[in-house]
Amino acid sequence: MPAFLTILSHWRRHPGQLATLILGLALATALWSGVQAINEEARQSYARAAGMLGANGYERLQMPGGGPVPLADYSALRRAGWQVSPVIRGELEADGETWRVMGVEPLTAPPDMLPNGGLQAGIDPGAFLGGPGQAFVADGAEIDPNGQFGLEFIPHPDIAPGLIVTDIGVAARLLDQTDPSFLILLPDQPAGLPDLASVTDLVRVEPQGGEDLSRLTDSFHLNLTAFGFLSFAVGLFIVHATIGLAFEQRRPVFRTLRAIGLPLSRLILVLLAEVTLLALLAGGLGVALGYLVAAALLPDVAGTLRNLYGAEIDGTLAFRPLWAGVGLGIALVGAWLSAAQALWQVARMPLLAPAQPRAWAIASARSTRLQAVAGVLLLAASGAAALVGTGLVMGFLCLGALLLGAALLLPGALSLALRGIGARLRGPLAEWVIADTRQQLPGLSLALMALLLALAANIGVSTMVGSFRLTFLGWLDQRLVAELYVTAADNEEAAEIRAFLAPLVDATLPIANAETRIGGQPVFVYGVVDHATYRDHWPLLETTPAVWDRVATGQVLLVNEQMARAQELSLGDGVDLAPGLSLPVGGVYSDYGNPTGQAIMSLDLLERHFAPVDQSRSAVRVDPEQRQDVIAALDAAFALPEGAVVDQQSVKQASIRVFEQTFRVTGALNILTLGVATFALLASLMTLSSMRLPQVAPLWALGQTRARLARIEVMKTLALVVLTGAVALPVGLALAWVLLAVVNVEAFGWRLPMQVFPLDWLRLLGLALLTSTLAAAYPAVGLLRTPPAHLLKVFSNER
Amino acid sequence: MPDPDYRLSFPRDHGPHPDYRIEWWYLTATLQGADGRDYGVQWTLFRSALAPGEDEGWQSPQVWMGHAAVTSAGQHHYAERLARGGVGQAGVTAEPFRAFIDDWRMEGIDEMRLTARGDAFAYDLDLSAQGPLVLNGVEGYSVKSPDGQASHYFSQPFYEVTGTLTLPEGSVEVTGDGWLDREWSSQPLSEDQDGWDWFSLHFDSGARLMGFELRGAETAFSAATWIAPDGDATPFADGALRATPLETTVFEGREIPTTWRVELPARGVDVTVEALNPAAWMGVSFPYWEGPVRVSGSHSGRGYLEMTGY
Repeated sequence: MPAFLTILSHWRRHPGQLATLILGLALATALWSGVQAINEEARQSYARAAGMLGANGYERLQMPGGGPVPLADYSALRRAGWQVSPVIRGELEADGETWRVMGVEPLTAPPDMLPNGGLQAGIDPGAFLGGPGQAFVADGAEIDPNGQFGLEFIPHPDIAPGLIVTDIGVAARLLDQTDPSFLILLPDQPAGLPDLASVTDLVRVEPQGGEDLSRLTDSFHLNLTAFGFLSFAVGLFIVHATIGLAFEQRRPVFRTLRAIGLPLSRLILVLLAEVTLLALLAGGLGVALGYLVAAALLPDVAGTLRNLYGAEIDGTLAFRPLWAGVGLGIALVGAWLSAAQALWQVARMPLLAPAQPRAWAIASARSTRLQAVAGVLLLAASGAAALVGTGLVMGFLCLGALLLGAALLLPGALSLALRGIGARLRGPLAEWVIADTRQQLPGLSLALMALLLALAANIGVSTMVGSFRLTFLGWLDQRLVAELYVTAADNEEAAEIRAFLAPLVDATLPIANAETRIGGQPVFVYGVVDHATYRDHWPLLETTPAVWDRVATGQVLLVNEQMARAQELSLGDGVDLAPGLSLPVGGVYSDYGNPTGQAIMSLDLLERHFAPVDQSRSAVRVDPEQRQDVIAALDAAFALPEGAVVDQQSVKQASIRVFEQTFRVTGALNILTLGVATFALLASLMTLSSMRLPQVAPLWALGQTRARLARIEVMKTLALVVLTGAVALPVGLALAWVLLAVVNVEAFGWRLPMQVFPLDWLRLLGLALLTSTLAAAYPAVGLLRTPPAHLLKVFSNER
Repeated sequence: MPDPDYRLSFPRDHGPHPDYRIEWWYLTATLQGADGRDYGVQWTLFRSALAPGEDEGWQSPQVWMGHAAVTSAGQHHYAERLARGGVGQAGVTAEPFRAFIDDWRMEGIDEMRLTARGDAFAYDLDLSAQGPLVLNGVEGYSVKSPDGQASHYFSQPFYEVTGTLTLPEGSVEVTGDGWLDREWSSQPLSEDQDGWDWFSLHFDSGARLMGFELRGAETAFSAATWIAPDGDATPFADGALRATPLETTVFEGREIPTTWRVELPARGVDVTVEALNPAAWMGVSFPYWEGPVRVSGSHSGRGYLEMTGY
């Protein structure tokens, strides 16, 4: 215990160091666990959505004109053998709050529409179907404290907030509605059923694709995770530097403790306990900070995902012990890793080693060379992984090797660069500055590595996010280019609508498609008319000259990237579309989030070679000012059901707004990471400044003013930061390339085209210089204020 | 509650009795295919009341469950349908007689049409009653335990069957004998009874035997109805019928007797009843064993065996 207290007393005398250590580790943990918390929360929400939107995962039957399905239609379908299940859905006001009610018929519904696996497993049929009834609500939901509904409300983790899942009979009572809102068409149907159209007039509605959703959102989360991990790595550099310094400074204390009889094993144990204690403290703080970061950012994320992807996420953050535990654990492991080297040195320290403090971690030229060799090997491994490796793990190995390799190469590269600069400089002071900077390098190298990683992560992630953003906006433009979209009951009504709209609007474009199989895979073929809408907006990845003219005249077709990749199609390759119809590929377009193949050809050809062609949907181009008039005219002339006319422009505007908001999340994380790296730089510079008096004193004695010396100190730091930035740029771009072209392809099967944003780099460098100036200024001001007596003392003290 | 003084009346009692907790329309048939194979067919509609009586639409407390199966020595296909009452998905009317769940139908009593369909099978059968309805127990009041649990229970054991089975390998024309059981009650089992073994046997002589044994914690409770070829029925009270398991088959971890010795000494019956397909397990919501059997010994013939509670 006295040994422990003795060891700890160091921190009392160096509170700044303690703060650095705690804050560094806490920030690293905070970034990591904040990102994890956001991801985890979003995933939980998807899982709930996937499980409980339930109905969205199945094909549905709906009234052609909207509105409830007559009960007789339901029984007619069942009595024809079709396995359908009714759902009554609606909204309920309770104590001023609106609840969504989903009434499920548990005897016929797929089991995953109810919690606990439905009646087959966890639900008691007697209680659920009979008596007053039961209803499932989200965990922690407060509803109906006065019991006005007379229901037993059961909290369940699978239910999304604001949702009530209950028996259809209860829903019928609560909502005063007998006819089902829609029917679910079960995926497995008996063989030999009569044709659906001969039994019912209801229209089939495709499942509301959770698949596309998860692909896009997975990509987003994967990249966030990568980011969180990088932030953590940067934080570890701080911790490593601080712990190393603390050990170095306490060498006399260790020697004394050992000399008065403390066994080595005990000393190691005490030091380990110290690191653990500090890590727990910092980790706890970090988890709490991470929670705050996540809670602050999550509403933005939730808003985006809901509006953009249609994914239901409630913007509230639940405290999940799992990620808190993981955050704490990773802080512990990180601290132990950081301390390992220092502990090893303590273990090998001779009992009566000179107690004189050396500059910490003075690396010899030899170790710099070794580091450089390791760095080159790692970079080579990373390149090899990118070129020949397959699989997601390989992608991440590639990423890790790239970053570590670049970090290890940094001191060598900086030293070389300084030598190169030094060779061109004349004058004693300049040569001294270069020589002194090179001598300073080993002490700063860890902090500079952290800065490199932070800058590279910034460049990499902002490039990735920027590319993702541009790609996504392009995709939105492609999908939502028209001002209005109108869905009719059938092709005939759609033709009438188009005829009706023709004099009122700029253009009505039929959205015609047919499903077919090409090369054994399902492909949706779309027919387009020749219109500027496509020429101006459709995002083509690869194209041939005058491609839209040739599409219009039926000479070529366009395929989406998925089809091109899956069937290994290049420009000019022929595609057999139908008997007697083969067209060369004239272009490849991006189609993010769509799992199936797609092709675009002229509408004439489509109609001639495919049957049936669904043309019930139309895109309407109209002066945006007149949108509302057109909608009103349509409403007056046709009995279109709700949702048949979609004002896509306003949806798109809202989506883009929220999308931008989300990327503010990434922006905030970027700033935080850079902040952490700057903090590392500050910590290192402060450490060095206290040891640099002997180097600076002779210059002062030769007549340089303290102010000049302080300016030189700042300039040196800035020069190192600029050089580090120069190395960080290619590393960051390589990082972005690996994320977009390796990790994304391995994870999702499509590649995001990489775009570069040089203005962002300049802004980042400016930011880095600004923060580094601040970091360098503090010790420089210290130098400025050093009393001349202290500088003189350097010469009187034998060191 | 079943009432011993209640007298069955038709066509009324072909229809449902929603004030009773449980009721079934239960048809089994032993068939011979044009391909020379033996087949068995089951069609059952269960009604279960969460509360007595009937109500409108989704508020109906009645739940319906249909089971259909086709069994041969090498195959056993079954399907289940669930439905709630009140919305036209399942139900029974007495006049004209019609029982249905989804597209499965049992229509008519004397001349009956029977259809059902599963993922791997379908059947479409015509049944023609060659004899009278038979009331089990005393005037159709069938006692199930010494404590007095009872049901209303009658049968039509004289169906001649023709029709078509559709199986994965194709269609097969079949002919044979059918047996309809109608039973309703509110307390089919006494508390210490955990299941029953039920036999419906068509003897080559033209006589039929219905017998069951309810397995209690300590003793079994049995009852039987001997049905002469002309339909003259003789009920036998507890103890007259003895059923002894001879061989068992393990299915889904349960040991199920698939060969039995069945004795009714009062009629000189001492037969071995052997499952055509021991794997005739109905893995439905409430699983049980049900399948066609062969009869040999003092009498020969075919029949159906149902075993629950294993």
